[in-house]
Amino acid sequence: MNKKVPTRTVTVRNPQGLHARPADLLVRMASSFQSTISIGRDGEMVDCKSILSLLTLGAAQGTVLTISADGSDAEDAIDAITDLFESGFDETNEVSGAESAVDS
Amino acid sequence: MVELQGIPVSPGVAIGPALVLDADGYRISRTLIAADKVDEEYARLLGAVDAVAKRIEANRLETAAVAGDETGDIFAAQLQMLNDPRLHGELRRRITKELHAADYAVNRVLRNYALALRRLENPMLAERAEDVTDIEKQLLQQLGAFTEQPLADLTEPVVLISHNLTPSETANLDRRYVQGFCTEVGGSGGHTAIVAKGLELPAVVGVGTFLDSVPNGTRVIVDGDRGKIIVNPDETTLASYQQRIEQSQTLSAQLAELRDLPAETADGTRIRLSANIEFPHESGSCLERGADGVGLYRTEFLYLASTEEPSEEDHYEAYSQVVNKMNGRPVIIRTLDLGADKMGHRPLAEQEYNPFLGLRSIRLSLRNLDIFRPQLRAILRAATHGDIRVMFPLITTLGELRQAKMLLTVVARDLKEEGIPHRADIPVGMMVEVPAAVVMLEKFVQEVDFLSIGTNDLAQYTLAVDRSNEYVADLYQSSDPAVLRLIQRCVEVADDWGRPLAVCGEMSSIPGRALLLLGLGVRNLSVPPLALSRIKKAIRSVSMDECRQIADRVMTLDSARDVDVFLLDRLGVLVPELIVT
Repeated sequence: MNKKVPTRTVTVRNPQGLHARPADLLVRMASSFQSTISIGRDGEMVDCKSILSLLTLGAAQGTVLTISADGSDAEDAIDAITDLFESGFDETNEVSGAESAVDS
Repeated sequence: MVELQGIPVSPGVAIGPALVLDADGYRISRTLIAADKVDEEYARLLGAVDAVAKRIEANRLETAAVAGDETGDIFAAQLQMLNDPRLHGELRRRITKELHAADYAVNRVLRNYALALRRLENPMLAERAEDVTDIEKQLLQQLGAFTEQPLADLTEPVVLISHNLTPSETANLDRRYVQGFCTEVGGSGGHTAIVAKGLELPAVVGVGTFLDSVPNGTRVIVDGDRGKIIVNPDETTLASYQQRIEQSQTLSAQLAELRDLPAETADGTRIRLSANIEFPHESGSCLERGADGVGLYRTEFLYLASTEEPSEEDHYEAYSQVVNKMNGRPVIIRTLDLGADKMGHRPLAEQEYNPFLGLRSIRLSLRNLDIFRPQLRAILRAATHGDIRVMFPLITTLGELRQAKMLLTVVARDLKEEGIPHRADIPVGMMVEVPAAVVMLEKFVQEVDFLSIGTNDLAQYTLAVDRSNEYVADLYQSSDPAVLRLIQRCVEVADDWGRPLAVCGEMSSIPGRALLLLGLGVRNLSVPPLALSRIKKAIRSVSMDECRQIADRVMTLDSARDVDVFLLDRLGVLVPELIVT
């Protein structure tokens, strides 16, 4: 069996990087799929369903990560996770708004 | 073998198995289970995970209700961590394959994750280590793994490794078993350091984060002379340290022979060499080492070592014990120096941003007369047993000194009216440890019987360095030329007015610096009991001319570093026996 494992790269957009809250969202999203999903950089791939592994990646804003998925719903999984990254985990604006409120 | 550098605060070498305490003071020892208990142990873990998950969920709902969903999400992430499939995989593997007890497995696995997170450069992520630690503690608590007081039931020698130790925790260490200690935080002038010296316990502080990398029971060397920590030493290193312990025992034996000889320079100038103590029982070791008296009795330790607030009788008993034991030799009692890093059991001030600039020491005593009054009464009462003198710390203004003296008079009058035996005419002195007091010393000196320079605080306030802050610890040097100029001025003023001046800070217990002080004209030194023999040896090895030459040269130097290098060089020539190799 030598099927092709779909792979894609994403960029961490939210200002504070892949911290606890986005990691939590990411794990929940990944866990809703059957496929085995890996994420990482520079060959250091970790289980996308493990929040502790995700946090130890230490992915700051701007980090480019590779996602791969293996399983019946692999393509869907990768699409959904890519969307999550592209939306900046819904916190890009909130966070910068909160920061400026504190500054003033 | 791993070598770490910290700040040496109490000399000597300790070798032994590590007892690792985290901030909450618990330890998890390496426990294995029987192979047929594996399923039971794993079920125990799952039970604990369930219970903790319920608690975290309750926390989440509660927090979200109060602070909004965003904040509640912190607990959602914790819940996610608790249910992490990798975590569970590893815990299961440790219990079923390596036969680890559940609590030990939890401790090891979660510590590793916390360590990995702390190593990240992103501070926001590094802080998540706190969440991991939080989960670890909750699981351990659920598993019933906490040893309530790991320090109370020691049965074998250990070297204590801890994030931090408070002065009172240090004071309560069981000296029969604790060989030495090492902490991640702390600075050279903190009170923990002073207590360690008082207990003659080799200690290194301010090592930085390293607890996670030292499993319990690992062999550790604490080098309190050079501030080194060596984890898992190799044979060569171990042998050389064992040799050093033997050498220092030989030196101690040689120094002990000086006991009955006076602290007198080679050309016959008599120096008063007294001891700094914190506990009454230390008066014994003062006498054994031939101290001329107690130059500084730090009374706040009476306050810190007990869980109850000391009564007038507690004060009285402690002081009487010391003065009786000292048998006619003078005992200078410093009134309570609480606050900043030495707090008692009840909060005496709200959280302060700059406690060292806050309500501490004499300021705190003058605002809390219910604490101060019993102490002053006890001092005057104990003075009937011998030569007791009282000294007020951290005097900054004349108003404070006058207020304290007034209170002493009032207390004496009360005792007289109550017909309680006491002495009202004891000598009154002040600590010179705030630059303001040095500047105004001509005024102060007329209102006291003696002066004593506290170089620790004087250096801290002159150099604007928090002495318990490891980030700026390198700036904190009593040999800084600015501090030396203040000391020089104190000597001049004290001589002009004919008042005895002592130096009782850490500075006088470092042989090179002690010789410098003699050269500057200081004739009274007070040092921890442990340092008595060494300082006496130094004094007896030099002439006053040699000391004056040291002082003349030092006063031309630009930095603490230059001063110390020069002093070490002179010490090597004048008293080579005292150079630690």
